[in-house]
Amino acid sequence: MLLRIEDLRVAFRLGMQRGEMQRVPAVGSAQQGVSFEIPENGTVALVGESGSGKSVTAMAILNLLPENAERSGRVEFLGRDLLTATRPQLQALRGRDIACVFQDPMTSLNPVFSVGRQLCEPLRRHLGLGRREALRRAEALLAEVGMPEPKRRLAAYPHELSGGQQQRVMIAMALACEPKLLIADEPTTALDVTIQRQILELLAGLKARRRMSMLFISHDLGVVGEIADHVVVMRQGTVREQGPVARIFTAPQDAYTQALLACRPTLEQRGARLAVIDDHIAGVEATKTAPIKDPGAPVVIAARALTKSFWLRRGVFGRSEFKAVGRSGEGVSFELRRGHTLGVVGESGSGKTTMGLALLRLHEPSGGPAGGEVLFDGQDLLRLSREDWQPVRRRIQIVFQNPYASLNPRFSIGQTLVEPMAIHGIGRDGTERAARARAILLRVGLDADGALAKYPHEFSGGQRQRIAIARCLTLQPEVLVLDEAVSALDVSVQAQVLNLLKDLQDELGLAYVFISHDLAVVRFMADEVLVMKDGDVVEQAGVAEILEHPRQDYTRRLLSAIPRGYAPGSGVAA
Amino acid sequence: MSAVLVPTPAVARQTRPWGVWGAAWRRLRSDRVGMVSLAVVGAFLLLILLAALGLVAGNWQQEIALPDAPPAFVERAAKAAAATAVVPRRSNVDLSDVDPLAPRYEEWGAGVAKYRTTEVARRETLAFGADRLGRDVLAKAVKGAQISIFVGVLAALLATFIGTVLGALSGFFGGKVGDGLEWVYNVFTSIPGILLIFAFAAVAGRGVQSVVLILGLTGWTGIYRLVRAEFIKHSVREYVRAAEAIGASTLSRMFRHILPNVSHVSLVQLSIHVVSFIKAEVILSYLGLGVGVDQVSWGTMLAEAQGELILGHWWQLAVATAFMAVFVTAFSLFTDALRDALDPKLRGLE
Repeated sequence: MLLRIEDLRVAFRLGMQRGEMQRVPAVGSAQQGVSFEIPENGTVALVGESGSGKSVTAMAILNLLPENAERSGRVEFLGRDLLTATRPQLQALRGRDIACVFQDPMTSLNPVFSVGRQLCEPLRRHLGLGRREALRRAEALLAEVGMPEPKRRLAAYPHELSGGQQQRVMIAMALACEPKLLIADEPTTALDVTIQRQILELLAGLKARRRMSMLFISHDLGVVGEIADHVVVMRQGTVREQGPVARIFTAPQDAYTQALLACRPTLEQRGARLAVIDDHIAGVEATKTAPIKDPGAPVVIAARALTKSFWLRRGVFGRSEFKAVGRSGEGVSFELRRGHTLGVVGESGSGKTTMGLALLRLHEPSGGPAGGEVLFDGQDLLRLSREDWQPVRRRIQIVFQNPYASLNPRFSIGQTLVEPMAIHGIGRDGTERAARARAILLRVGLDADGALAKYPHEFSGGQRQRIAIARCLTLQPEVLVLDEAVSALDVSVQAQVLNLLKDLQDELGLAYVFISHDLAVVRFMADEVLVMKDGDVVEQAGVAEILEHPRQDYTRRLLSAIPRGYAPGSGVAA
Repeated sequence: MSAVLVPTPAVARQTRPWGVWGAAWRRLRSDRVGMVSLAVVGAFLLLILLAALGLVAGNWQQEIALPDAPPAFVERAAKAAAATAVVPRRSNVDLSDVDPLAPRYEEWGAGVAKYRTTEVARRETLAFGADRLGRDVLAKAVKGAQISIFVGVLAALLATFIGTVLGALSGFFGGKVGDGLEWVYNVFTSIPGILLIFAFAAVAGRGVQSVVLILGLTGWTGIYRLVRAEFIKHSVREYVRAAEAIGASTLSRMFRHILPNVSHVSLVQLSIHVVSFIKAEVILSYLGLGVGVDQVSWGTMLAEAQGELILGHWWQLAVATAFMAVFVTAFSLFTDALRDALDPKLRGLE
């Protein structure tokens, strides 16, 4: 056994209060700590939602935790207890026997050093190689992780590489000293789905070739099912279930694991609502039948050959036009009917968010011109004057991706919800507006009386996204642009918010423009799908048609890159 | 939609949510250091108010003690020094024979007798000593606090106001507005600070209002730069975009949405500038460009103390410095506490 974790508990000290040290347990409960084993040449996956303690568990192995962490239990690596190891002993292990790859490659690489220099550092420190030899090894490593033109890339700086290439550099750095154990903490979460597929294949190939072990941390069961041999499911700091990947995926014993598997939207099935973890545990079934949508519903918003450009500065006075949407000249066209959802899919940089913001004219007019037309109620939104725009603006609203950034931290929830109504003169006075705010908060599933006086930081991510939706609802909009509105949320919370959006659509007849990189979520939400690539629409069709009979190569590639969880006999390693 | 929005009477009666300031006050009250420093700053402000109304230290210009009278607690040493300085009161040579004015002395003496003169007994010591004219140092320090704090706070408020408004405009709009304001900023910072102050002082002349104007108009550049950077950062944040999406006006986005989120920068700068402007006032007064000669400030006191120190008369320096140190420390701690109280992110640690 390579690594054995027994009864591990981690708590964080929060400082003295009334003469008593305050501690918050992060891993392990009073009754039981976390225990699992990593065999040689095996991949163990830690799965859980945010706050489940999976990252803290992994970081506790090498004591990469903040100063105020307290660890207890036993972490045995090749017979040595790492919890009692001294700092120099641990430093000798870090990078050499146990290496780490983190979630965000952009922040894990030092922006002021070239890739080659950062790669050579562990080689020279741990292996004592000379400069020239280290460079040669670095080049070989880059070639091994599939970096094109490795020799040239040694001199490149991190910002010159794409996200996927940066993550390859991180993996090359981790592999530099031939570690026995690789800890990969959400290594693909920040990457596009096609890049994620490449990185997963790379990791699986490296593991097989180098006969190392891997501790793979992820929130995504689809990814875990493909790469892991053994799965440990964590929730709130404790292990809920562990076992071989086949058993976890085909015959999960724990109610939470079952719920996790059930509440993720899949490409195969499409119900009216998603199962929500608490409901699933309680035994409540998700509704299967969707209300039939009226194909003849009135068109609320239509775009014709919509393009959007930005000015790029050239020299002192010059500027050139960069077409972010409609690069090949055609632009985006669609019609969205009342109560329907238009899904917009694409990888980062495909122009999908730019297109969404252009519908709302949320780009600065001096930033660049928008072309084509957006018809709403017979008016061209792009050409409305400021005065005419204000009343229309109320009827088209937007929900942003990051619920932590889209609410003003200085506004209480009450102020956040009352402000839009005050701007547009909805409700007679403050009391009536406050009452409306309460009603809407109740509608999106929040405790209205408690929430109004609180500030955004007192809420979880899912609750904040509900508040952001509530803010839009105060204006009684007809069209909602949802810009990656559920991408930052945990699986279970994502299911709740998606269900809420569906409920609101059925009830209020809202039309959604649903922008997402996640095809499974788009399949659940959308009626029609636009696939975008490099600022152009590649394919546009009904949701079933796109998913079952994709016509374009790019769409097929996107579809095949989606992690599908565990399938017997398949998986990346095979 | 209407079905969702019917207000239920039970919830309509609830009180409106706490404003930012109400919540901040509640947080500030639980901050012991903040409350103590608030009390000290409050005491100073009360002192200033009383001094301005003439209820305290109104007689600071009266020479009530002997020149350079020492504080009461160093009385003995001073007495010995004063004894050596006693001047004989009568001449012992009779000059009336040769004095052409001698015949008229009697007449004049009678004339003088018509006026009642009261010889005020000059005090030999004072609680905190006297200056070279025999004026009470404590009264001077109190009266000086009025001028110095007034100048420091008002000039800092003016500078913060100019810096914040210009920084907000430049950071939020960018483009031509930003370029223009950057040009003004560059002009101001390219001239050495003290030279700029002198140039303004030469134009504005002496007096409290001029000092406030001079310091305010020359001191805004640092605040402008910091506020501009914050506005550039915040104007592309999603919450500002969300505010634009609900139709909030440009001014509302700048000053209702962004400003509270960057106000800690302005507040910290305000406290730093109060301190530095009090010091700048000292320099100006020392060079004769500050407050008028008939007024007293901590600056003029410190300027006088220079000459006194050589003679060993340290009390004017000590009193002025002590006043300044206590006020500046309390003011800095108070602005720190205020910033913490205004930052909801820190809630939960109280």
